[in-house]
Amino acid sequence: MKGSVPPLWRRFLSEPPTIAGAALVGVLLVLAVPAHLITPYEPLRALYPQFLPPLSGDHWFGTTATGRDLFAAVAHGARVSLAVGIVVALLSTIIGIVVGSIAGYAGGWTDDALMRVTELFIIIPRFFLALVVVSIFGNTLGNIVLVLALLSWPPVARVVRAEYLSLKEREFVQAARLVGSPSWRIVAREILPNAMGPAIIVGSLQVAQAILTEASLSFLGLGDPSLPSWGSILVDAQRFLKSAPWIALFPGFAITIAVVGFNLLGDGLARAINPRSGSRLRT
Amino acid sequence: MESARPFILGCSRMLTYTLRKLIQVPFLLFGVVVVLFLLVHLAPGDPVAALLGDAPASPEFIEEFRRHLGLDRPLHEQFLLYVWNVLHGDLGTSYYYSQSVLTLILERFPPTLLLMTSALVAATLIGIVLGVVAAARPNSAVDAGANLFAIVGYSLPVFWLGELALLVFALNLDWFPVQGVNSLRESYTGPADVLDRAHHLVLPAFVLATRYIAIDFRLTRSGILEVLSQEYILTARAKGLASRVVLFRHALRNALLPVVTVTGLNVGFALSGAVLTEVVFGWPGLGRLTLDAIAHRDSPVLMGIFLFVTTAVVLVNFITDLVYAMVDPRIRLK
Repeated sequence: MKGSVPPLWRRFLSEPPTIAGAALVGVLLVLAVPAHLITPYEPLRALYPQFLPPLSGDHWFGTTATGRDLFAAVAHGARVSLAVGIVVALLSTIIGIVVGSIAGYAGGWTDDALMRVTELFIIIPRFFLALVVVSIFGNTLGNIVLVLALLSWPPVARVVRAEYLSLKEREFVQAARLVGSPSWRIVAREILPNAMGPAIIVGSLQVAQAILTEASLSFLGLGDPSLPSWGSILVDAQRFLKSAPWIALFPGFAITIAVVGFNLLGDGLARAINPRSGSRLRT
Repeated sequence: MESARPFILGCSRMLTYTLRKLIQVPFLLFGVVVVLFLLVHLAPGDPVAALLGDAPASPEFIEEFRRHLGLDRPLHEQFLLYVWNVLHGDLGTSYYYSQSVLTLILERFPPTLLLMTSALVAATLIGIVLGVVAAARPNSAVDAGANLFAIVGYSLPVFWLGELALLVFALNLDWFPVQGVNSLRESYTGPADVLDRAHHLVLPAFVLATRYIAIDFRLTRSGILEVLSQEYILTARAKGLASRVVLFRHALRNALLPVVTVTGLNVGFALSGAVLTEVVFGWPGLGRLTLDAIAHRDSPVLMGIFLFVTTAVVLVNFITDLVYAMVDPRIRLK
């Protein structure tokens, strides 16, 4: 039955929730990538009249309590948030693949030791450890990305290890071993490509999580002070909630759009790669 | 006599399972202490500098602090000293409050616990009801609406939802107070005081609950739909039981277990949500303490909160595992 299974990208983009997710993420990309081109204002410069309501002249989203252009802050904030989300997901997926591969292929005490460490990292409340680490090592973007990546790899490691355990016993891997292929070649050619699907599914779910955590850190005052951030705009916004609600509305919408969008995309990716899995909420 | 055997066997298996899980608890906590110790010693510069941050400190205080941490001794002795201190409930001293970190945390924990339990109980009840309603009419308008709410509710940042709730229900409609746990202008006593505090609790509890309503709704809905497709439900229907009886007595009962388990496993995440919610609503719990500790670079307090929260999470996970094994024998037989 040739052509009975449509190609991956078509399966991916055939469901309304996934299309909605792609549209939401698309909106943010359109803001983020050319942020410096679409707005003449600088996000951190407090040069303009304060508390201008939305649609005041060129200030599309109005201005903040300190006289910053809110549209510029939200657009440049999108850059930071998307970068954090995507880089954290990439790094944590790579760490997870490495740890899961070593544990799954080596087996024995190596596997045991690595899985105990993985369990430890799964149970540790991520947000609270991130608070400690960022406050001790300093709240720079690099530190925030690094700590989120170091706290997000365990789910990927788990699924990769599970794939290795089952793939190791399969005929085509046994066959490769019988013909005398070296271990690295068996891993690189036979096992790893087959374990990538689940790793990417689980890894993609980290994007939304990382964006939310970065915004939460910024909201508590642990964002990178040299960069515009959605979370930190919301801190000041709360003091003028009644008189200037727009300062809270725009960045909050932006965070929600990002998180909903990437969650929908992640779920869609999971269904496209593994059609048996239903939609589910991660915990 | 024949029937007593499986029961005793079941008990002994449960005991083995409990012991096996119980042994993991101290190991996990030990691992957490190791992570914290390494962090302080990996920090750039001197651990004292890392712990004090930008705080102004007198040379005598720094010397005293150094001795307290045992920094003049070799690393392994420092580690043992640290473990010894933690085991004795000495999580260090907050230099900002000049108070024991553990005392500070225990003082601030009750309001957080109240907020968390109210939110999680409300979320469980609302989530289950929504799930049952949606599962009774799959693919209806109600079902679709509830699903959309679940996707958004799961993704909303809790601190922004808090600000929206303040804007609408406190500042504009004036239904609820804006900040705090009780009215400071009036001095209520007795039932009036309880009512006043409940009035302050409603908004933050619902804001914190939203994410868990979404999770519990999705779990209940999919659990019921799965159970409803199984054979014993067909049997119950074939017996002529009313569909409401089937739904509640058979389907719901089996769908509830994941809700309880996931709530237990989510307690760490719920605590971070509580911290953020408290900051928005001026709720005087661990959230306020965390915010002050960040603002003053009070690292011993942040580390203490982390250790406290992790201990709570490990213990709740342990209890959740046991409840799960007790209700579902398949788990402990593995």
